[in-house]
Amino acid sequence: MFVLIGVALVVIGFALRLNALLVVTVSGIVTAVIGGIGPLEILNAFGTGFANSRSVTTFAVVLPVIGLIERYGLQAQAARLIGKLDKLTAGRILALYQAIRQATAAVGLTTIGGYAQAVRPLIYPMVVGAAERKYGTLSEKAIEMLKGFSASADTVGVFFGEDIFVAVGSILLITGFVDTTYHLTLEPLELALWALPTGIAALLVHGTRLLLLDRKLDRMLRSAPLGTASASEAAA
Amino acid sequence: MITAEWLYWLIGAFFVAVSVLILGDRTHARRLGNGAFWGVLGLSFFYGTFVVSGQAPAWILGIAVLLMVVLAGFGFTGKAVERTTSAEEREVSAARFGNRLFIPALVIPAVTVLVALVGPMVKIGGSPLLADGTATLTGLGVSAIVATAVGVLILKPPSLATPVREGGRLLEAIGWAALLPQMLSTLGSLFTEAGVGTAVGDITKKMLPDGSLIAAVLVYCVGMAVFTVIMGNAFAAFPIMTAAVGWPVLVHVFHGNPAAVFSIGMLAGFCGTLTTPMAANFNLVPAALLEMRNRYSAIKAQLPTAAIMLVVNIGLMYFVAF
Repeated sequence: MFVLIGVALVVIGFALRLNALLVVTVSGIVTAVIGGIGPLEILNAFGTGFANSRSVTTFAVVLPVIGLIERYGLQAQAARLIGKLDKLTAGRILALYQAIRQATAAVGLTTIGGYAQAVRPLIYPMVVGAAERKYGTLSEKAIEMLKGFSASADTVGVFFGEDIFVAVGSILLITGFVDTTYHLTLEPLELALWALPTGIAALLVHGTRLLLLDRKLDRMLRSAPLGTASASEAAA
Repeated sequence: MITAEWLYWLIGAFFVAVSVLILGDRTHARRLGNGAFWGVLGLSFFYGTFVVSGQAPAWILGIAVLLMVVLAGFGFTGKAVERTTSAEEREVSAARFGNRLFIPALVIPAVTVLVALVGPMVKIGGSPLLADGTATLTGLGVSAIVATAVGVLILKPPSLATPVREGGRLLEAIGWAALLPQMLSTLGSLFTEAGVGTAVGDITKKMLPDGSLIAAVLVYCVGMAVFTVIMGNAFAAFPIMTAAVGWPVLVHVFHGNPAAVFSIGMLAGFCGTLTTPMAANFNLVPAALLEMRNRYSAIKAQLPTAAIMLVVNIGLMYFVAF
């Protein structure tokens, strides 16, 4: 039972808003010590854990080119382009992006979207551009909300899309764990099919919320006094 | 055969280059701290290759990881003043380059898709060129290189170091959150080894009322979500909750369809991922990349969706898996 102290440490650390990196590391070490794992094994665990999980940091490889085109005005151009298409509202852009993100993830192409590749350089500036065209200057609160929803369109899309693809980590983890522990032979395809209803539900639920974002913006910006910070300043 | 290791080396080289630029910048407020952090992180990406292949001891990398935690956790790292073009300069430059600015950004998905689709079919001397399951990672790496080259050709930046400098600007904005996802996967394996899963399983079994299917489904799905919130990753919660409830109760006692129970259970965990700062790569990295004022703004946008989806998953499992 004492090993659960580590779990409690994570909860407390987050409640106190301590540095997450520190909280996780201390919790891991404390749990390992209570669980009777020796110092050398703990260091080995940190080493192998890092080496085996390098793939989660691969988004970094696109940062140089994204930074470069940003320097030359990519975001400004994305906003300018969207200013001409008045059918595209902030909510519609995000709903469309989520649908594309989810469909491409469902066929295994999880790396073509993402916060670094798509949301920061393209999607978010388009969303802000569309909102500015409609409402003029945006309040800080509206900008913050648009940022949150831009990130969410990507996250919800990729989460509930990738699980429909058979060769993805979560499916392979399920078959790997279950087959070795309980001696079953689960078909990855079967697991993927069971993920389909939830995937469709996520598309409908979050897609609807994204479309409703336009009404939220209406309420927020047509009644509230306009803020001073322009979006291009806040995004710079 | 080509594995993903070359991509890790490329990323490692990028981190080291950023570190060198920071160390050479005498005006940087956190010159030594940030320089050391990205330098050690970059070298660890190289060294990791030899840990994976078993040619080098893992504990040395463990010490390097702890050093990075100390650097970031005790405030030796931090954001620098961003030096890039101003908003006005960007407007002027956007008017000049127009839609050509999109070309490098669109090269990334185009080349990624191409490599992901064609790559697995390429065979050299009868054996596949790309290692199994690495086609999209390879595609991402190749597309990043091609896109950078195209960007440099179109935009003609003052120096070839400009992409690295601008990429470093984004990297420093993300900061230590870049390392957190990797730390969390280590935490997950330490928890498992120390027996956290069995402890939680024992408690859950005692709490679970006998013979109620809906209670068991609720405990499994909500437990997946809660544990994912704590551990930051549904993959870490899955073995714990499956050993406690999923297999012994839902599959064995209630004869649930294993594929449906486990698949929907995992997705219930994903609902937790949407709501936790522990899932740094999904919630904190975009907050940094989009320069949100509140680190939790993405979570705030996702919370209602996560709640609805958890209910959907519980209902789905109850009605279709048994």
